[in-house]
Amino acid sequence: MTLVHYLSLSAILFCIGIYGAVTRRNAIGVLMAIELMFNAANINFIAFSKFITPTLLTGQIFAVFVIAIAAAEATVGLAIVILIYRHHKEINVDKINVMKW
Amino acid sequence: MEFGTPAAIFYILAALIVGSGVMVVTLKNVFHSLLFLVLCFFSVAGIYVLLHAEFVAAVQVLIYVGAVTVLLIFAIMMTAKIYSPSVRQVNEQVIPGLIIVGTILIVTLWAMSKTVWNVSRDVLAGQSTSVIGKSLLTTYVLPFEVVSIVLITALIGAIIIARRD
Repeated sequence: MTLVHYLSLSAILFCIGIYGAVTRRNAIGVLMAIELMFNAANINFIAFSKFITPTLLTGQIFAVFVIAIAAAEATVGLAIVILIYRHHKEINVDKINVMKW
Repeated sequence: MEFGTPAAIFYILAALIVGSGVMVVTLKNVFHSLLFLVLCFFSVAGIYVLLHAEFVAAVQVLIYVGAVTVLLIFAIMMTAKIYSPSVRQVNEQVIPGLIIVGTILIVTLWAMSKTVWNVSRDVLAGQSTSVIGKSLLTTYVLPFEVVSIVLITALIGAIIIARRD
């Protein structure tokens, strides 16, 4: 398997994630699509780590950092979703536009 | 390119990732798409094992399949009746979204095929986990500590945001 195979898989997964984040109405669905994009970025990091710098493993270390930041993002995002649900009884992002005007 | 066992495993995992990813963004029931997200996370962990990144694969299973999925299940359960299949789940941006995403994908794949990658032929001696551990506590000790501060800040912030006042 060459590097381009892994990069193509990652690009496809990232585009699926963008599509989900753009079209979902449910805020939890948007967060799940963002997790897909994080995974695509991690596949890229680890593929570059394997094929470009196999002895330094820089990509794998940054993938661990990305996973930690993704966990923090999911925690804060879901806390905000639960707070919004408690106030508005609604988590569809096209209805929650109180900060738009 | 020879078509051996690693290639077959790669194509099976890639089909699982793309198929479950499409299910995640298209299914009407959010809980079902969460289950497909778990399948997608597991397949991505398989890709990491295929790339000789055993430590990252273990972290992926522990944090994504373990922690993030449980968080998402909690969030879906606490926002009941929103995830019922009768509620419309997509907005009006489906056609423009498909066009833009297709354009991004084609441009990315084209750029990838045109680029000359500086592929290294070196092979790592020994296990990757010990190298990662040494690097995390020597070269990357500052980002490591910063990430731990970010994590504790995010956890405290999440508790304060979601607290009933």
